[in-house]
Amino acid sequence: MRYWFPYPLLSFALMVFWLLINQSLSIAQILLGAALGISHAWLMVNLRPSKTHTKKAWLVARLAGQVTVDVARSNLAVMRAILRSKRRPVRSGFIAIDITLRDENSIALLACILTATPGTAWIEFDSQTRVLLLHVLDIENGPTWADLIRTHYEAPLKELFE
Amino acid sequence: MSHLTDLPLWAAIPVCLLLLAGSIVTLIGSIGLLRLKSFYSRLHAPTLGASAGVIMICLASMLCFAVLQNRWIFHEVLIIVFIILTTPVTLMLLGQSALYRDRIEEKDGVPRKTTPDLPTPETETP
Repeated sequence: MRYWFPYPLLSFALMVFWLLINQSLSIAQILLGAALGISHAWLMVNLRPSKTHTKKAWLVARLAGQVTVDVARSNLAVMRAILRSKRRPVRSGFIAIDITLRDENSIALLACILTATPGTAWIEFDSQTRVLLLHVLDIENGPTWADLIRTHYEAPLKELFE
Repeated sequence: MSHLTDLPLWAAIPVCLLLLAGSIVTLIGSIGLLRLKSFYSRLHAPTLGASAGVIMICLASMLCFAVLQNRWIFHEVLIIVFIILTTPVTLMLLGQSALYRDRIEEKDGVPRKTTPDLPTPETETP
């Protein structure tokens, strides 16, 4: 089963993507989408991505909710900072955080979360020293940024995948 | 454009609000691109348009055409998904190349490399 369908979720997502761009639910399109999804999953095997499994899938929803709230909040904060920047220049700067996550995919997910948040930009991750370099737009409350990332994202990701 | 007048009022109001809010957010992002001083701060501004702006404008489009054509429309979701998936790649690439340049020029306020024995920065971001 695993041999024929190496990445069932990826195949399914590709099929959904195919149906969405064609805007149709006819049998022919579903079959074509399924064939495309399954054959592209075989291509993925050659890339040998590291696999990550989780047994606590319900935690994903909690993390997603947390991320949505934080992204909305930081959108507002960045807008305020930009609009005020003429009177009060923004104080931005770099912060370095030690990351204890081991799994490659969860680091990638952390990167996606931090980049989607407007106030923080992922600059560099050193895979040897495991130090993450971030650029933060509003550095005023410096240490709380590191704490926020640790408690809001790193801890749940660790619980999810390790 | 004339068929837009067929849009009923109850749908027109949320469509307008979403479209206006999305455009304002994107505009503020562009103003930020113009106003902020350093390159790294400017990295933050376009993410406004790429996250909240895109979501609101696409939602407005979905709602508007779903009401006009009287069916469910979902393929704008793909625009949201792909923009959110691809902007991090661009931003990381820009950030890392700026950091690489600034380290070679030894600018002030740019953090040094933690392992100086390597000639090039380890740019292994997954």
